[in-house]
Amino acid sequence: MTTTTRRLDVNRRSGWRSWLGSFFTSDIGMKWMMALTGIGLLAYVLVHMIGNLKIYLGAEDLDHYAEALRTLLYPIVPETGVLWMFRFGLLAMFIIHMWSAIVLALRNRRARGTIRYTAKRQYLAANYANRTMLWGGVIIFLFLVYHIADLTLGMTNPDFVEGAVYHNVITSFQVWWVALIYVVAQIALAFHVYHGAWSVFQSLGMSNPRYDEWRRWMAVVFALALLIGNSSIPIAVQFGLLQVSG
Amino acid sequence: MDVTLRVWRQPDSASEGGFATYEAKGVSEDASFFEMLDMVNERLNDSGEEPIAFDSDCREGICGTCGVMIDGHPHGPQRGTATCQLHMRKFKDGDTIVIEPWRAEAFRVVRDLVVDRSPFDKIIQAGGYISVNVGAAQDANETLIPRPAAEASMDAAACIGCAACVAACPNGAANLFTAAKIAHLGLLPQGQPERYLRTVAMVETMEDYFGSCRNYGECETACPKSISIDVIAWMNRDYVAAQWKNFRKQGQQV
Ligand code: FES
Repeated sequence: MTTTTRRLDVNRRSGWRSWLGSFFTSDIGMKWMMALTGIGLLAYVLVHMIGNLKIYLGAEDLDHYAEALRTLLYPIVPETGVLWMFRFGLLAMFIIHMWSAIVLALRNRRARGTIRYTAKRQYLAANYANRTMLWGGVIIFLFLVYHIADLTLGMTNPDFVEGAVYHNVITSFQVWWVALIYVVAQIALAFHVYHGAWSVFQSLGMSNPRYDEWRRWMAVVFALALLIGNSSIPIAVQFGLLQVSG
Repeated sequence: MDVTLRVWRQPDSASEGGFATYEAKGVSEDASFFEMLDMVNERLNDSGEEPIAFDSDCREGICGTCGVMIDGHPHGPQRGTATCQLHMRKFKDGDTIVIEPWRAEAFRVVRDLVVDRSPFDKIIQAGGYISVNVGAAQDANETLIPRPAAEASMDAAACIGCAACVAACPNGAANLFTAAKIAHLGLLPQGQPERYLRTVAMVETMEDYFGSCRNYGECETACPKSISIDVIAWMNRDYVAAQWKNFRKQGQQV
C-alpha cells in the first residue's frame, strides 16, 4: 500500500517559522488570540450594556455619562484621549479576532475536504450556537457598522444632535425597523457570546472538572444578561416607555 | 431481519466513487455489523462481484483498524463503541443503512470504505514516543506515579487511533487524537524529558494535515473510547507553555 508522503497544503505556514511567528500562525496560537481578544470584547460589551442602562435614569444621567467618557482623565490626558485609546484598542481586538476567524475558517474548509457525507450528519454535541459562530460574527460585524453610523456618527438618523445621546437613541429607536435591527443583532450576539464565553476556557486550556459545570451556566447568564439588558431599550422605546421629553 | 445497504464503492483513490445498493436478508439480530457485511461479501463473491472493502482486524474494539460512517454517525448509532463492536440489534427490520468512508482532505480513499490514515503515523513519528530508557519491567515499576496521574494518562491512552474524531469533526480536525497521545505521554514521569518538544512537534505536524478545533465537541461523542475534550484543553495549554520554555535549560535541544 502506498503511503501519503506529500505534505498536504492544508495549513502550510510561510517560511518564517521563528519563535512567535510559528506560534501566532499556528491554529492553536490563533485560537488563543481569538480567545484573549474575545475576553476583551466580552468585557467591553458588558461595560457598554451597563452604561446603556443609564438611559432608564433619564436624559441628564445618560448625557452626563457620555460626557464623562469623553473627558475621562482630563486634564491629565487631552480631552477624548482615553476614549480614543479605547477605540483603538477595541479596533485592534476586533481585527485580530476576525482575522483569526477568517484564516481558520479557510484552513478548516480545505481540511474538511471536498467530498461531504451523503447521509445527514447526526450531530450530538455541535449545536446551533457553535455552528453559527462564523456567520453570527458576520451579522454582528454588519450590525456594528450600522450601529456606529447610527448613534456615533448620526448618518442614518435625521434627528441626530451631536452630544445629545438620550435624544438620539430615542429618536432612532422610534422607527420600528431600526428597533428590530437592534433586537435581532442582540439575539445574534447572545448566541455568539453563549458559545464564546464557554469556549474561551477550552482554547486557553483552562478546562477543569472543578468548574466545568459552572462554565456552561456562566455562559448562559452572560448571554441572557446582554440580551435582556440591551434589547430592553429599543423595546421600551417602541412601547413608549421611554420618550424624548422624559 | 432484512436491511438495505447503500454503500460507497470506489475501485481506487484515482477513480470516482459512488453508492451501490445491496440487500442483506435474514440477518440475525445477534450478528455484528461486520458479520452482516461479511455475509453480503460472501454473496458478492459467489456471484463474481468485487466484495466491499473495509478495514477491520481485532474485531473487539482495541486495535483501531475499523471505522466507517453509518447513517451519519461515526462508528454507528451506539456511543462509545467501535464499528466492530456494533450489533445488528441496534437497527430495525427494513432499515436502509448508509455506509461511507471517513471523509477528510488528509484521508485518501484507498478503496471503498478503506481510507489511508497515514497522516496519523506522521503525527506519531513527530513525537509520539518516549526515547529515554526506562529499564525492564522491574525498574519501570519502581518509578512512582501518583495514581490520579496514572488514571488520567490511562484515560488518554485508551485512544485506539481509529480517526473517528476527524471523521466527526465539521472542521476535519485531529485535535482529539493528537491531544490524547500528548496527554498520555505528557502526564507520566517518563514523558517529562521530551514533553514540550513533543507537544510542539506533534501539534505542528497535526496542523500540516488537519483543520483546527472550534470546540464543537463532536469528536468526544464519536470517540469509541469516549475520550474527553479536556485533553484538547490540556494540549492547548501545553503548546502555549512550550513557547515560553527554555528548551536548553531543560536539556531538550532547540
Ligand atoms: S477491528 Fe479492531 S477496533 Fe474494530
